[in-house]
Amino acid sequence: MSTAPRPHRLQALIAEIQAIAPVSRADVPCLPFGIPIVDDRLAAGGLARAALHEIAGQTVALGDDAAATLFTAGIAARASEGDIFWIMAQPDLFAPGLACAGVPATRLIQVEAGKDDDALAIMEEALRHGALAAVVCEVTRIGMTATRRLQLAAEEGNTMALLLRRWRRSAQDPLGQPSSALTRWRIGCAPSDPLPVPGVGRSRWQVSLVRQRGGHPDNWLLEGCDATGRLAVPAEPRRRSATPKRGEDRQAA
Amino acid sequence: MASREEQIDSLPVHQRPSPRELGRRSEAADNPFKSDKQAAAPNLKPVADTQLEMPPLVTSTLQKQRRVIAAVDAHAASLGLFPGMPLTQAKAMVAGLDARDADPVGDGRELERLALFAVRRWTPTAQVDAPDGLLMDLTGVAHLFGGEKAMARRLIGFCHRIGLDARVAIAGTAGAAHALARYGKERIAICSVQGELEAINRLPVAALRLDDRQRSAAQRLGIERIADLIAMPRAPLGRRFGASLLHRLDQAIGRVGDPLVGIVPFELPQVLRVFAEPIGSAETIARVMANLADDLARTLRERGLGVRLLRLVCERVDKEEQIVTVGTARGTRDIGHMLRLLAMKIETIDPGFGIERMRLLALRSEPLAPTAIDADLGMDEEADIALLVDQIVARLGQGAIYRPTMCESDVPERGVGRIAPLADAMPWPTLWPRPARILLRPERIDHVMAELPDQPPRRFVWRGVAHVVVRADGPERIRGEWWRRRGESYAVRDYFRVENERGERFWVFRRGDGENLRSGDLSWHIHGVFG
Repeated sequence: MSTAPRPHRLQALIAEIQAIAPVSRADVPCLPFGIPIVDDRLAAGGLARAALHEIAGQTVALGDDAAATLFTAGIAARASEGDIFWIMAQPDLFAPGLACAGVPATRLIQVEAGKDDDALAIMEEALRHGALAAVVCEVTRIGMTATRRLQLAAEEGNTMALLLRRWRRSAQDPLGQPSSALTRWRIGCAPSDPLPVPGVGRSRWQVSLVRQRGGHPDNWLLEGCDATGRLAVPAEPRRRSATPKRGEDRQAA
Repeated sequence: MASREEQIDSLPVHQRPSPRELGRRSEAADNPFKSDKQAAAPNLKPVADTQLEMPPLVTSTLQKQRRVIAAVDAHAASLGLFPGMPLTQAKAMVAGLDARDADPVGDGRELERLALFAVRRWTPTAQVDAPDGLLMDLTGVAHLFGGEKAMARRLIGFCHRIGLDARVAIAGTAGAAHALARYGKERIAICSVQGELEAINRLPVAALRLDDRQRSAAQRLGIERIADLIAMPRAPLGRRFGASLLHRLDQAIGRVGDPLVGIVPFELPQVLRVFAEPIGSAETIARVMANLADDLARTLRERGLGVRLLRLVCERVDKEEQIVTVGTARGTRDIGHMLRLLAMKIETIDPGFGIERMRLLALRSEPLAPTAIDADLGMDEEADIALLVDQIVARLGQGAIYRPTMCESDVPERGVGRIAPLADAMPWPTLWPRPARILLRPERIDHVMAELPDQPPRRFVWRGVAHVVVRADGPERIRGEWWRRRGESYAVRDYFRVENERGERFWVFRRGDGENLRSGDLSWHIHGVFG
């Protein structure tokens, strides 16, 4: 019987697969959200630091776009010490608002790149440079090859790359095309908890992980970024919305 | 009749009879100020003697808690004012005296500029003779300007054109020239060869560049002229006044050397390559660029400079110049970095029929001292963001990359400033919620239902979509900045944070406080979107 060599073969195969796939829970430095229900579902136990992540608003609505912006800002703020590059197509980012999500002006450098091509080229340069905490780039359209280049640049420069996909007027889903980002997120607004007094409480977001390499998609209802960029679980779980249908999410990704 | 009018005209203005006394009551009375102007105008036209028209001008400095005149103009001098006089005394003597503060630092700067100009235009060696003079070495220079006398005249003419009143003295020693220029009788004093002693004999002792103590001591002893000093025995003179007096005297009459320390103009660091055959291909240009960058880096290192603005000039065969300019965020002499920036612009160079000379200049540079390498020999060095910033500036232009900073304004559009990416920003307070995205201009929202004076809207329509407000917070009142524009004096914006039934949050405001119509027209606008 040839049972003896099988473990060796298995180990060899595992080693081969690990060499191909760079993401694994053990050796990749990652950035946890600090929320167990989210971190447990992520393949690496958090967002891999030297990798590309994609974030988009749930719908074309500007509210969802702003929620995605703050979600990105929160991740960038916690990525590591150092400056954050924010490459944008239009100058509609409001820096005092980002300061409320943990990105103070002392860490933010804004770049206005009119065209997507310029924005991506600058993002690649900034990622390879390696002295930044995170590089955020707002683009509407990007191809598979470009995301692959960005992923390689992020690995080389050991910098977190965040692609903020913005909806165009034509309402074409930005996450419709395939990409080589490690994780893809969709952020939407959700009604917040009514306060006992008139006023507006902490914002609440529908956070959907629509695709991740080496893991399953999932979807949570979370409270928005606080002043240090951290998310939180709503206090009352019974107020959660119905569990999402996973099949749809996978199809969308 | 005419003789009577002539008589009246010959009287001083205040003694002339008024029109009423002359029986001309029908004449309309003129505006008093208008008549003033008319009276002044004809006087200004013949500028024969401007001294009489301009009020006497003096500058003053503070000396031991009292203001003392530092300098006087010719008109003030003719009225008996002199430097060193207390200002109050001068004001008591002369009515309408134009007294201004002296600016010795500014004077020094101007003199330095003048010295630099003199080095370029008149002589290779020039030196500032503080506080009010310029020493120029005319050895081997004067004949280029038509002799000493002609040159002195041209110098005075030049100074007159730029608004300076100058005196020139030419002598064999700097000390004698200094004395003659300040205390001589003529505007242009030219001392004969070896004639310094006779020339300065009659001048006061103060002409010898003495300090205050020596000057007052000489005055006390009744020594007025330089001739008196020369006549005295040297040894007691040295003991009483100090050796420096003898040194100054010897310098003035040429017994001791008195070298000039010429001012050195800043020369742009630049390097040049000339080719035997015109070049045209991109690879060759890139190779020459590398050589030039290498040379320039060496020049900069020798002079301890780092380049901030770099220009590459390619001179073509047809005498056209192709110019590439790149800037850096911080002074650098790193060859690789300079080359990377230049290489990004290499496609903008049009070689035409070929390039025959290439020049690389550091248009703007700043001091850059050598830095010590860390103990790990620079292996684990932090990458410098300045290099990345330069690449982005070279690609997109200067204004494309910036750091946001707080400006002191509560109006949201004015609260965000832009500074250089390597500068230090002022952070915003995070007390007030602010939107993540802002509209470039606030947009009007329609069909707003809200109670006056301070209730948030219940529903509104924006871009054709109706929003029902579920929760709201506000108002946060922001007032117009009356010191900027007149129209903002009473303007008020009441900002509300509203959430619709989907959970989207908007930053809306109403113009006006709801009570006073001057504060706004009660129209509603949306200004930003919260996440």
